Amino acid sequence: MSLYIQAIVNGVLIGGVYSLMAVGLSLIFGVMRVINFAHGDMMVWGMYLSYWLFVTFGVDPYLSIAITATAIFLLGMAVQRGLVNRIVQAPHEMQILLMMGVALVMENVALMVWGPDPRRVNVPYALSTFWIGPIVFDQPRVVTFAVALILALGLFLFLKNTDTGRMIRAASDNRIGALLVGTDILKVFTLAFGVGAACVGAAGSLMTPLLPFSPSTGLFFTITSFNIVIIGGMGSLLGAFVGGLLVGVSESLGAVILVPSLKEIVSFVLLVAILLWRPQGLTGGRR
Amino acid sequence: MIGRAALGIAAAAGLLVLPFYVPSTWQNLLITTFYYAYLGQAWNLLGGYAGQLSLGHAAFFGFGAYVSVLLQMHLGISPWIGMFGGALLAAVFSQGVGYLGFRFGLRGFYFILLTLAAAEICRLVALHLSILGGYTGIFIPFKPNPWQYQFQGKIPYYFIALALLAFGSAVVWLVQRSKFGSYLVAIREDEDACEALGVDTFRYKMIAYGLSGALTALGGTFYAYYQFYLQPNTVLNINHSVDIMIRPIVGGSGTILGPVLGAFLLELLGEFSRTYFAASLAGLNVAIYGVLLIVVVLFLPRGVYPSLRGWLRRAGGSAE
Repeated sequence: MSLYIQAIVNGVLIGGVYSLMAVGLSLIFGVMRVINFAHGDMMVWGMYLSYWLFVTFGVDPYLSIAITATAIFLLGMAVQRGLVNRIVQAPHEMQILLMMGVALVMENVALMVWGPDPRRVNVPYALSTFWIGPIVFDQPRVVTFAVALILALGLFLFLKNTDTGRMIRAASDNRIGALLVGTDILKVFTLAFGVGAACVGAAGSLMTPLLPFSPSTGLFFTITSFNIVIIGGMGSLLGAFVGGLLVGVSESLGAVILVPSLKEIVSFVLLVAILLWRPQGLTGGRR
Repeated sequence: MIGRAALGIAAAAGLLVLPFYVPSTWQNLLITTFYYAYLGQAWNLLGGYAGQLSLGHAAFFGFGAYVSVLLQMHLGISPWIGMFGGALLAAVFSQGVGYLGFRFGLRGFYFILLTLAAAEICRLVALHLSILGGYTGIFIPFKPNPWQYQFQGKIPYYFIALALLAFGSAVVWLVQRSKFGSYLVAIREDEDACEALGVDTFRYKMIAYGLSGALTALGGTFYAYYQFYLQPNTVLNINHSVDIMIRPIVGGSGTILGPVLGAFLLELLGEFSRTYFAASLAGLNVAIYGVLLIVVVLFLPRGVYPSLRGWLRRAGGSAE
């Protein structure tokens, strides 16, 4: 029994990072109606930046979040301004093709710079743990979870209470309405893409102490984000957050109940089940 | 009109004698081009005409490859027969996924992600089926025998790939001319209006999906007996689904020449970046390929063929 509780705890802890990356994807989709196929690659770039800061300057990945989030924020804004913005009116398939091109470029630039070998950030406290009853808590995972939670909460507050946040929500709810009341829609788009990218960049930093990564890891994160966002309800930030935790737990439980290499299948089956019974997602009211 | 027909006949004759006069590497390029053009044509039925973008065609492809290979290796059934078994299974699978998606009216990105998830489930399951060789994959023993889809040299494969492409294009052409094809285009353009007019959109989308899946499976059988090696992480990979979908999109989805043009262009671009950039730095050639995709989208946002057609019309118009 404690094995399962342990799996659930580990799942929730890793799920926090999943939530943060999915919130980023959901924000971008909600505002732009564009799917960011380069989402996982942006995360991996964040991871490499964190890694580089760690091995060169000894900056702890939890401290370099500010730098990676800013860097990926700027990258996201650049991708939006330079590329996505030009094809907002184009057919869906063209938008997808564009983002796939961006993903290919990002993955392979990472490959050129860092090579194919997996990297890992070995923080000094990587193996420190503490116990609550029979359950062991991995310290980096707990910190990662806490920081992810704080960042997600910060994003919610930003969207809820600031003028810029209200503008982003307005554009997401009703683009034409937002335009009519004089919202600078281009600015909102750029900002939303940047903030969404910053979320996934920060998630990258948070993930580095937990997981070895290589340029090809990006695809896994992209697919996981897609999964979570559908499970939670497309365009719903709360849904993405809950979905992230759910996918974290189900993968973690799947690794215990099935074989570890089959753990991803649990989240896909979850996705199919959601599509069967609640196609609008966990939290979505409408599609 | 006569000029067009003559041009067509000349092109066909050229394609029939071409493989005998080009080196082996070129034969390989042409085979790959035809084969991806065929897969693009199959994808085009669903993605281009019906507007239901699928990012999971690798699954159908896998059914075609694995069913025919298993039937041949374990039961001695010729792949020429076995490929229809694969196509049948792919069609059945497509109806399952389609039912799940279309029943709830999943559209756009939801459908894309559903197809992606279905293919990923197939990949993960395939990796754990011992009969498919797990991570090692299956090596198909090579015994030259036309009845077993195994040929010495590339030329027979060239003609099979060409025949597949001709067949796939003919199917799409027939669909395009039929009432069914008009329904599909109407669904793509405005599904709600279509439903309001009493068109059974669910039914036509399901048929398009089944047809597209079955055709894709036939391509999978070809791949299996051209490569003689199958591994779930290459055959059923999402990257493979991407490979299948980008050619018709680049060429212009929903047109009959789009997938063909797209396959030729991307094969050339891929070969160009491989030849000149692959040796210097790992990843550079794929990065350049990615840049080229972005350039195509930015400058030809409707696909290459529709843009080309537009230019030709305008050029023709100004000449008159």
